Amino acid sequence: MQSAAPKTRKMISYAKYGYIFILPFFLVYAVFMIYPLINTILLSFKGNGPTAEQWVGFQNYQYILFGEEGNRLANAFMKSFWQDFLNTLILWVGNFVVQIVLSLLLAVWFSDNRIKIKGTGFFKVVVYMPNIITAASVASLFLMLFGNSKYGAINSLLLNAGAILEPVSFLNNQVITRILVMLIQSWMWFGNTMLLLLSGIYGIDPSIYEAASIDGSSGMNTFFKITMPILKPIFIYVFITSMIGGLQMFDIPYLLHEGNTTSMYLETSAVFIYKNFHQAVPNYGISAAASVILFIITAVLGIFVYKFNTEGDNKKRKKSK
Amino acid sequence: MADAYNFSSSEYRRSIMIQSIIRLVVCIIITIICLFPIYILIINSTRTTSEIIDQGVSLLPGGSLIDNFKTLNDPNVANGTYVRSFQLWVGYGNSLLIAVSSTILTVFFSGMTAYGLTVYDFKLKGASTTFILAVMMIPTQVVSTGLLQFMVQIHLNDNYLPIILPAVAAPQVVFYMLQYMKSSFPIDIVEAARIDGCNEWRTFLQISLPILKPAFAVQAIFAFVSSWNNYYTPSMLLISSKPEQRTMPMMVTYVLNNDKLTNFGVNYLVVALSIIPVVIVYLCLSKFIVKGVALGAVKG
Repeated sequence: MQSAAPKTRKMISYAKYGYIFILPFFLVYAVFMIYPLINTILLSFKGNGPTAEQWVGFQNYQYILFGEEGNRLANAFMKSFWQDFLNTLILWVGNFVVQIVLSLLLAVWFSDNRIKIKGTGFFKVVVYMPNIITAASVASLFLMLFGNSKYGAINSLLLNAGAILEPVSFLNNQVITRILVMLIQSWMWFGNTMLLLLSGIYGIDPSIYEAASIDGSSGMNTFFKITMPILKPIFIYVFITSMIGGLQMFDIPYLLHEGNTTSMYLETSAVFIYKNFHQAVPNYGISAAASVILFIITAVLGIFVYKFNTEGDNKKRKKSK
Repeated sequence: MADAYNFSSSEYRRSIMIQSIIRLVVCIIITIICLFPIYILIINSTRTTSEIIDQGVSLLPGGSLIDNFKTLNDPNVANGTYVRSFQLWVGYGNSLLIAVSSTILTVFFSGMTAYGLTVYDFKLKGASTTFILAVMMIPTQVVSTGLLQFMVQIHLNDNYLPIILPAVAAPQVVFYMLQYMKSSFPIDIVEAARIDGCNEWRTFLQISLPILKPAFAVQAIFAFVSSWNNYYTPSMLLISSKPEQRTMPMMVTYVLNNDKLTNFGVNYLVVALSIIPVVIVYLCLSKFIVKGVALGAVKG
C-alpha cells in the first residue's frame, strides 16, 4: 500500500539501488552456498580418495544406499550410512518428545491468566540459559559428569551412596548414551521451543478464552479444544524446524565419547559426512552423496517452513486490507 | 471465572492456591535441572582432582581455583600438554575475532539487503525475496563437502576468511529484518530525505540505520552467541588445527579428548572458562534475548 504512492510521484528510477543493496548478499551466498552446493552434487558423482578425479556415476549413491555384493568397503559404507541415519532418527525422536511435552506444559502454565506463577520472567531466563551455552562445552561437561571410570561425577556419587559396587560404563552402553544425548539435547532446546510456543499462545485472542470460560469450559477442555487447534500451525513449524535441526545434529553426538573414536551408538548422519571428508585421504564422493541425500530431505521439509512463513504473511495482508 | 459456577468461592480459591503451588514447585525443580550441571561445573573448577574423586559431587566450592588456574598455565604439568592444547587468551582472542566480525557483517548486510528489498521497486524484487525465504532452512552441513573441497582447492582452508565472510549472507536474519521493516519502518521517511537532497547511501546509513537499531540489537546478540558457540564450521575448515588458530570450543574439546590430561579440577575449569563469557553476556542481555527468540529465530 505504501509503495503505490511514491510510484506516481517518482521521476528518477531508483531501481538500480535496489540491486546494489542486495548485491553483497547474493554474491556471498553464491560463493559460499550455491557454488558449494553445486560442487557437492558434482563431487557425489566422483570417486573417493586416490580416485577423486574420476567420474563414477551413481556409484557413491549405490554404495551408501544399497552396498555391493562382495565389495566389503561398499558394504561398510552402506552399513554405517544406514546405522547413522537410524541413530539420527532415534536421537531426534527421543529429544523431541521430551522437549515438546516439557515446553508445552510450561508454555501453557506461563500464559495462564487464572493461575499465575510468580517469577515467570525469571523462569523464562533460566530455561533458555542451556541454549546459549556452547554445545561443545556442554558435551565436555557431560563427558566428565558421566565418565566411565569411578572418577566420573555420577559414578562416584553412586559409588559413595552404595547404590552400585562397580562403576557403570555409561558411555559404552547403547541405551544409556542414547538417552543421555536425548536428554542433553532436550535440556538445551526445550527453553527455545517453550518461548516459540508461548509467543503462539500469546497471539491467541483472549476473548476466545473468555467466551470459553463463560460457557463453562474446564482447563483441560480449553487446552485440547481451543489452545491446541489454534497452536497447530506453530506446532507444525516447531516440529519441522526441529526435524531439520535434528538432521544436522553434530556437536554433542560427535564429542560425547572417551578415547579417540566416536561412539558408534551416537554417530549421526552429520557425523558420517564429517568423518568421511575430514580424514587424511578424504572420501569426498561418499560424503557428498550423503550430503545430497540429506539436502533433498531438508529441502522437502523446508517447503513446509516456507509455506508457514508466507502463509502468515498472506493472512496479515488480508487482515490489513 | 468459569469455575465460579461450579465451586463456592472459598473452595475455588483453595483449588487455585493448591494448583499454583504445584506449578511453582515443578518450575523450581525445572530451574534446578537447568542450573545444576552449570553449578557443578563451576564448583568443580574450584576443587582439586583428589577432592573431586574422593568426595564426589559437592555443593560447596573448594579453595583451589587459583591452583587450578596455575596448573593450566604451567608448562611443566603433563609435559606441557595443557599449555599446548589450551591457551586461554589465544582462544578468547580467536573466538572473539570471529564472533565480532561475523556479527557486524551479519547485521549490517542483512539490514542492507532487507532495506533494498523494502524501499526500492525493481524487477527481481519479488524473486529475490522468495529466494531468500526459500533457502532459509538450508543448513551449512549439506554443502560442507563441496565448501571444504572448494576451499582446499583455492588454499583458503586454515584461514578465517571462509568462516567469517559467509556471515554476510544470513537469510534468516534478512527474513527477520524484512518482517521488522514491514511492521515498523516508515518508508515515507526515505522519500522525505530524497526531497531534502539526501543521497541514497546517506539515507540508508544516517537515517534508516538508527531506526532499525532495535532489530539490529536483537539479531546481533543471536549472531554473536551462535558464532561464538560454533564448533562445526571452524573445526571443519581449519583442517590442520594449528594451536594458534583454534577457537575456544575447539580448545575445550582438545583438552577433554586427551586421555593424558586427567587433572579433573583443571578440566572443569577449562569448560567453565569457555562458557563464562556467554553466560555473562546472556545474563546482562537476557531480557532482549528471551523476547527475541520467538521473533524469527530458527532452531539450529
